[in-house]
Amino acid sequence: MITVKDKDLVVPGEVLADEEYNSGRGTFREENKICSSVVGLVALRNKKISVIPLQSKYIPKRGDVVIGEITDIRFSMWGLDINSPYSGLLPASEVFGKEKRELERAFVIGDVLFLRVIDVDEVKKVKLGLKGRGLGKFRGGILINITPTKVPRLIGKKGSMINMIKDQTKCEIVVGQNGVVWVKGQPEMERVTEKVIKMIEEQAHTSGLTDRVRDMLMELVNGNSDNQKEDEDNLNENKDIKTSID
Amino acid sequence: MIIIITLGKKEGSVKRADGRAFDELRPIKIEAGVLERADGSAYLEFGGNKVLVAVYGPREFHIRRFQKPDQAVVRCRYNMAPFSVDDRKRPGPDRRSVEISKITSEALAPAVFLEKYPRSTIDVFIEVLEAEGGTRCAGITAASVAMADAGIPMRDMVVACAAGKADDNVVLDLSEKEDKEGQADLPVAVMPRTGEITLIQMDGNLSSEEFEKALDLALEGCKKISEIQKDALKTRYGE
Amino acid sequence: MVNKMVDIIPEITKKSITNLINNGERADNRALDEYRDITLETGVITKAEGSARVKIGNTQIMIGAKSQIAEPFPDTPKNGVLMTNSELLPMASPTFEPGPPDERSVELSRVVDRCLREGGVIDLEKLCIIPGEKVWMIFLDIHVLDYDGNLMDAAALGCLAAIMDTKIPEATVRDGEIVIDKEKLIELPIKEKALLCTFAKIGNELVLDPSLEEERVMGARITVGVIEDGSVCAMQKGGEEPLTKEEIMKAIKITKEKTDILRKHLN
Repeated sequence: MITVKDKDLVVPGEVLADEEYNSGRGTFREENKICSSVVGLVALRNKKISVIPLQSKYIPKRGDVVIGEITDIRFSMWGLDINSPYSGLLPASEVFGKEKRELERAFVIGDVLFLRVIDVDEVKKVKLGLKGRGLGKFRGGILINITPTKVPRLIGKKGSMINMIKDQTKCEIVVGQNGVVWVKGQPEMERVTEKVIKMIEEQAHTSGLTDRVRDMLMELVNGNSDNQKEDEDNLNENKDIKTSID
Repeated sequence: MIIIITLGKKEGSVKRADGRAFDELRPIKIEAGVLERADGSAYLEFGGNKVLVAVYGPREFHIRRFQKPDQAVVRCRYNMAPFSVDDRKRPGPDRRSVEISKITSEALAPAVFLEKYPRSTIDVFIEVLEAEGGTRCAGITAASVAMADAGIPMRDMVVACAAGKADDNVVLDLSEKEDKEGQADLPVAVMPRTGEITLIQMDGNLSSEEFEKALDLALEGCKKISEIQKDALKTRYGE
Repeated sequence: MVNKMVDIIPEITKKSITNLINNGERADNRALDEYRDITLETGVITKAEGSARVKIGNTQIMIGAKSQIAEPFPDTPKNGVLMTNSELLPMASPTFEPGPPDERSVELSRVVDRCLREGGVIDLEKLCIIPGEKVWMIFLDIHVLDYDGNLMDAAALGCLAAIMDTKIPEATVRDGEIVIDKEKLIELPIKEKALLCTFAKIGNELVLDPSLEEERVMGARITVGVIEDGSVCAMQKGGEEPLTKEEIMKAIKITKEKTDILRKHLN
């Protein structure tokens, strides 16, 4: 027996179904019932019932890519804020290999980096790495924070949503799985992108979102059509700027 | 505060000083997501009580010696605004607010899946902006909504309500006057789905029959308030 | 990365905000001398003698006024007493800690107090009951609920609104005894409407009503208090960078214009 439908809004403790269903993410089993543990939307797939939370903190997982800010420099590692209850550590060896160098020469406090989560241990100590394509320090641009659970919606199916924004605004966009987004382009377009991303975050759980994003982009980008030429010039410039470590 | 007297009282029910039936709650209103900076928040009006709650977390616990290696810690701070009571209250914690903070943390923690967030803290800040009897229960009820609003995974939403004895009658949800002049006060917090009690205190004098009657009344009151908690969250996130 | 205890602003955020402002723009599309949306309600706390809830953008402050009878200060035996206190509640920001008022909180209440006192907002002499013995003491408690920048202007506006909302019982002296008539409530004797405007120096510009993000990158801050005729009644500079005389004069000029607009919220 089931007491909810797909996409229903549920709250913590709400009974969703009985034992013939499987308990997925955002739910828990108690005796012969499956209950929601969060405020979220029901996702039903065959006999598996999950609840997609509308709010949550980022909990680091091995393999994730995240955007972090250097907040601490220690003896042989950097400490990073990764928009999570758990700060991350970037060992100097990830940057210098076996060479011994001064950490401040590479990154200073306030620098923002694109990193990969290499390891998370049982007490949630998070080790970060920089080896990989596209990873490194950001130069210029702006940062936008969204609820981490809304990252998949921002990216869209096979990147459809994020690519549409990139195409229209001609901005470079990097999305961290921790809900931090980096955007770089023409200043006006950076702000258009910020607006669109905030709208997606607010309306992530509604249907017809892609169409609304398309309309909003049309209006905001074409409203700035005077800047079209400049945008193109800037785009060419941007192609030379890669997010890599020097 | 104007007390709204609802029509259609049960026959033979005992009227109280403010006109309520013995099992009648004061008017209650909850709104979720009222603050920008906090991870979750809720505002509650309950009779003349006005309570605002903000939740931060789970977040990094900076006091390492208080961290728990295998779970999160719920920390609560109950505070009364200086202007919340008739005679201005001196700012800062006193013995009463320290005790309420402690039992509130303990009332909320059993509902939270603490093991999901080792070493972290969940901070609950309860601000009583105006007090009219029953602020600890109002704080707990609002705190659950704020925690759910923050996305904290929980088994249930803890809800609290008091019953007691005034003018020789066992009654639900004591007003400020009934609390001060009454014979007993019994605040209760419960996880409504399972009926497990997470907070109970009592002062005054009740026979064991009266006690059981008061406890049942309080649990009934909690059930009603629980529905208002759920509505607050559904209103915030519904279309 | 907003929610954290250690407040370190990312270098690129600092740069992007500064660049925008140097071009005469702001991240939220405001003009450099434009306030965010302001809402003001009074009479929100029944148990307070006066109260106000003010919002400037997402900054939210509640102010409650309470009165009690006390002894006057020895140097002003014929004057009532105004006490301004503020609490930066830990609920308002992840960077605010519980505990006794820290230096930010003390500065906030002192600057607001200076504006109200030096601006002559309340006729304190009229709050005297028995000279040298008993006067009214008015407590203003500034309760910061949500911090998104520019607490000073919000607190000053809210305090003025709360003062204007305040009603205290009439106190008379009969045969040397003070008689308080709680049935007969009177308004506070208000002489002036002093308010504050705060500017942040970012890049080469001064911006009015800095948002939290702007406060995090600002080099200096200047707060100006003026009364209705435009005379300056209070001032406070903050931040580690210096300001020029021209910048300060410019801040005064804009404050005169903007406080006229702010006062409209009080009616």
